[in-house]
Amino acid sequence: MSFLSLTGITAAYGPSQALFGVDLALEAGEVLALMGRNGMGKSSTIKVICRLLKHSGGTVQFDGRDIGNLPPHKAAQAGLGLVPEGRRCFGPLTVHENLHAAARPGAWDYAAVCDLFPRLGERRDQVAASLSGGEQQMLAIGRALMTNPTLLMLDEATEGLAPVVRQEIWAAVATLKRDTGLALLVVDKSLAELRRVADKAVILERGRTVWSGGIDALDRVVADQFLGV
Amino acid sequence: MISERTVNIFLFALLPVTVLAAWLLDEPFIITLATKAAILALAGVGLNIALGLGGLVSFGHAAFFGLGGYAMGILASHAQSYAPLMEVPFLIEGTKSMPVIWLVALVTSALAALAIGALSLRTSGVYFIMVTLAFGQMLYYFAISWPAYGGEDGLSIYVRNGFPGLNTLDPVQFFLIAFAVLTVGIFLAWRLARSAFGLALSAARQNAERVETVGLGPYRIRLVAFVISGAMTGLAGALFADLNRFVSPTMFSWHLSGELIVFCILGGVGRLYGPVAGAMLYVLLEHVLGGLSAYWHIYLGLLLLLVVLFARGGLIGLLSGREVAHE
Repeated sequence: MSFLSLTGITAAYGPSQALFGVDLALEAGEVLALMGRNGMGKSSTIKVICRLLKHSGGTVQFDGRDIGNLPPHKAAQAGLGLVPEGRRCFGPLTVHENLHAAARPGAWDYAAVCDLFPRLGERRDQVAASLSGGEQQMLAIGRALMTNPTLLMLDEATEGLAPVVRQEIWAAVATLKRDTGLALLVVDKSLAELRRVADKAVILERGRTVWSGGIDALDRVVADQFLGV
Repeated sequence: MISERTVNIFLFALLPVTVLAAWLLDEPFIITLATKAAILALAGVGLNIALGLGGLVSFGHAAFFGLGGYAMGILASHAQSYAPLMEVPFLIEGTKSMPVIWLVALVTSALAALAIGALSLRTSGVYFIMVTLAFGQMLYYFAISWPAYGGEDGLSIYVRNGFPGLNTLDPVQFFLIAFAVLTVGIFLAWRLARSAFGLALSAARQNAERVETVGLGPYRIRLVAFVISGAMTGLAGALFADLNRFVSPTMFSWHLSGELIVFCILGGVGRLYGPVAGAMLYVLLEHVLGGLSAYWHIYLGLLLLLVVLFARGGLIGLLSGREVAHE
């Protein structure tokens, strides 16, 4: 059984169906790139995994248990860490407070997060709302790590950031993969960067899994057909 | 502009300095007013944990204030009549001991807050306000229709309850008790706001969904905060009843819930000393303007309007000119 497994997931926002049959599987320590054009269901899939969106069909299994009926905070306690789209830090709280509020026992603590992102240590007492976009993204990743997850999901973590900051984020993702053995599920539009860090990929098209396999097997034909790159 | 820390130190010192001056000038009424301000400030500090830190606009905190008051009234009335509170299945007698009364007030109001919070926190926004208001009013009408403890007329206690080693009938000594309890209340609120729990509560106020994604259950966090908040307000109610040596259903009324919210807004919602500043200003206005006109609430209303429109940080925000970090 896979570490994370989604089988035939369907989900809707009220009357509007978003997912029509998503299947994906991720093993412990692997990095999976969840790909697709805008509006194809990537963020909805992540919301289903985090239990922020209830699925109407299919199963969600994580670490050997069905998490389909768990409330979001219980799913997070089970080991799911989320870096949400748009950063979404707690704006009025300081960097340290943002991290401290999310802290759970484990290897990731304030010092470890500051080792990964030294800039957060420099901004310790600065409120999150006053940080740059890149720093807020680092804080969002740090906050998710402070929960000591076994699976970290990054939803468009480099969206809207300057190229140099993106490189910092990708370097951090590569460090996480190399040094921690953390399973990662990454949603991003940069195929070139995903190829460097991901082990395998899943492509969604109109709420369905249309392609899955090793990242090396994702050739130009597939990319042209489903990603428009 | 003055730093918020300086404003806080000034506010903290203002009450004992006022009492010292009143004692030197032999003005016991001023000491009683300062004691009232300290007790109402404690109730406000309690509410501020739910309102300022947790964003829970409770319009029913008078329920806890009243329960604390009635805990004192019932225990003291049984003690003064030598009639036990209950005999079956075991004997419970009344008491005139303040620490015991405080403990009962804390436990009673905390249990009530647990029950009220467990139900009301399943709603949000205006529904939460209405549910808390409904609980407060239920207790208000229950107290009115409870003849055993005075019904609408309330309950008088002839002699103030005792505190080991102190003469509570002396206004200065009773003030010191109230001020010491207020100090502990402020310290607890300060520690709470800086703890991981307080930060999570503040984060839940900002965005509950985001809090859930880091593994924290907003409902449980808010419920714990509501219970702490209610217990502190209940303790203030016991002290208030002791100050007046009288309890009545008005301690449960929605007017009082509104006044507690007014303290927080006047002083600065979410600011540690906001309710202290608000309660002191309220008591001052009540004394000064109340002596000039029976309709002094009109001026209070105008002041509240001005604060809401032009000084969202309240009196402390006006003086320190800085947005509160956890707003």
